[in-house]
Amino acid sequence: MEPMTGTAFVVATTLKILVFFVLLLVFVALSTYFERKIAGFIQDRSGPNRVGPLGLLQVAADGLKFILKEEVEPGGANKKFFFLAPVLGLVPATVLFAVMPFASPVPTRWGMMEMIVADVPVGFLYVLAIASLGVYGIVMAGWASNSKYSFLGGLRGSAQMVSYEVALAMSLVPVLMLVGNVQMPEIVSAQQNFAAGPAEYGAWFFLPLMLTAFVFVVSGLAETGRVPFDLAEAEGELVGGFHTEYSSMKFGMFFLGEYAHLITTAALITVFFLGGWDIPFWQGDNIRILADGTVIGEPTWWKTLLTFGAFGVKTLLLVLFFMWLRWTIPRFRYDQLMDLGWKVFIPIMMAYIMVMGLAMYLLDEAGVPVGLQYSGALIVLNLIMMGILIWVVDRGTIVKGATSNTRRRAGGIRGRITPTTPSEVD
Amino acid sequence: MMEAFFFLLFAVMAAGGAIMMIASRNPVSSLMYLVLAFFALSGIFVLLDAHFLAAVQVIVYAGAIMVLFLFVIMLLNLGHREDIDMRGHLARLVALVAGSALFAAVAALVLRGDESTLASEESRLAVEAMVRARGAVGALAEPLFTSYLVPFELTSLLLLVAIVGAIVLARRRAP
Repeated sequence: MEPMTGTAFVVATTLKILVFFVLLLVFVALSTYFERKIAGFIQDRSGPNRVGPLGLLQVAADGLKFILKEEVEPGGANKKFFFLAPVLGLVPATVLFAVMPFASPVPTRWGMMEMIVADVPVGFLYVLAIASLGVYGIVMAGWASNSKYSFLGGLRGSAQMVSYEVALAMSLVPVLMLVGNVQMPEIVSAQQNFAAGPAEYGAWFFLPLMLTAFVFVVSGLAETGRVPFDLAEAEGELVGGFHTEYSSMKFGMFFLGEYAHLITTAALITVFFLGGWDIPFWQGDNIRILADGTVIGEPTWWKTLLTFGAFGVKTLLLVLFFMWLRWTIPRFRYDQLMDLGWKVFIPIMMAYIMVMGLAMYLLDEAGVPVGLQYSGALIVLNLIMMGILIWVVDRGTIVKGATSNTRRRAGGIRGRITPTTPSEVD
Repeated sequence: MMEAFFFLLFAVMAAGGAIMMIASRNPVSSLMYLVLAFFALSGIFVLLDAHFLAAVQVIVYAGAIMVLFLFVIMLLNLGHREDIDMRGHLARLVALVAGSALFAAVAALVLRGDESTLASEESRLAVEAMVRARGAVGALAEPLFTSYLVPFELTSLLLLVAIVGAIVLARRRAP
């Protein structure tokens, strides 16, 4: 079937933008509710339960509160940028969804409709480009508020985001090496089980690229600026960090921006490492549109619904995971945060890219066809490297048990994240 | 029709951003106008089907270099005092002459309508065939890592020299 063209394409794209944007905002609102419910569950209390059944209308009440509260503008603030900062914080997180493939294509009377708002030829680079703009909102807010706490928060936030962006970008290079393309739908289809075609790894990339998935998840979390990486708003030190001076709906936009960013990061992890909208152990969803317009597989509308459900479930589980982390792990110290980014993740990713490149070259030279064997070899290699990484970074906590850590602390070595050899630990 | 509209939009944004960047006194305003101009430029690149260039324009300039500029402006806290440009009359005169000369050269090229400055038809077709075969990024990567490998590596060496130089300068200050 031909792809959509002309008026049908314009109408379909507009519909996709509207539906997806509304869905995103609904989920952002709901996730603020679930965050508090999960916090309540983890801390053994009820969470919101007064407004509406199960406290579900709390979201609406909060929205109303944001709108009705008085807006305070600090003296000496730069009005233009004070107003612009919340917008700059919210927009990048939502605009990222434009290149997210969220379901299998659906055949319509007017042609094949791809379930992605914009299939940009450089989709992956678009993600990097937009993600790198998220820092402007924080910096602007910190600077325009004319307050020392905000300013410190803005400085911290910008340094943190610039640092982790490098690790984030580098951790995606191995994905591109396996896919051989930068278009987002290609990244999804490379993770499906294909009977034929150029890419048939038969595994979601979090298996053959375990280590880089780990680095991406941690750096992605650092980019969202949530606990344990919320140094930019550390309320114990900086009152509220970069948004100290913000009130009413302007604060509300920062709030929404944080959750939109969270959902975006979860969706990116889903696309890059968890197979996107692929349903595991089922070959019926191996649908793919080649560059010349030929369709592999049999797309139907119920498959589109099912795959959209798979995408949603994966993303929401990841959001849940991030919320769980937030209420479990304490905040990093600032020097630890910087050390983790620059001295651990970046060198590790440099070495990893070279090791993976070598491994793929050797596998190609040995004549191993791309398939289960190929990804199996990569999985074994990754398991070994992951073991080494955990052994080195964990500072004797998990592998050697907590007692060695206590002894170390008594010895006066402060808990630095720099890797130490096991002999130093004893 | 659509393309003409978007070209005009981005062109006005780019030119306006560039003018406002020079005209505004506040360094942070000026920086944000420059970011706007970069965005508009990347929009124009997309209209020219140069997707890779557009993405890299945003990643490198708007996302990295401008953020560092902003960081430095904030660290020096230049933004709140509206200082007048420190350079003297002579520098302004030189800038005026250099700027006018550049403008005259570009205007002359545009007015003459010289076709030889544009890409030839066969090279355009070759590029299009390459993009179809290897994708937007692959078409650029292929010559970069085969025909132009040595200049490419030399450029990376230049960047390495700059990094080493920065480290040397930074360490000299420390006691």
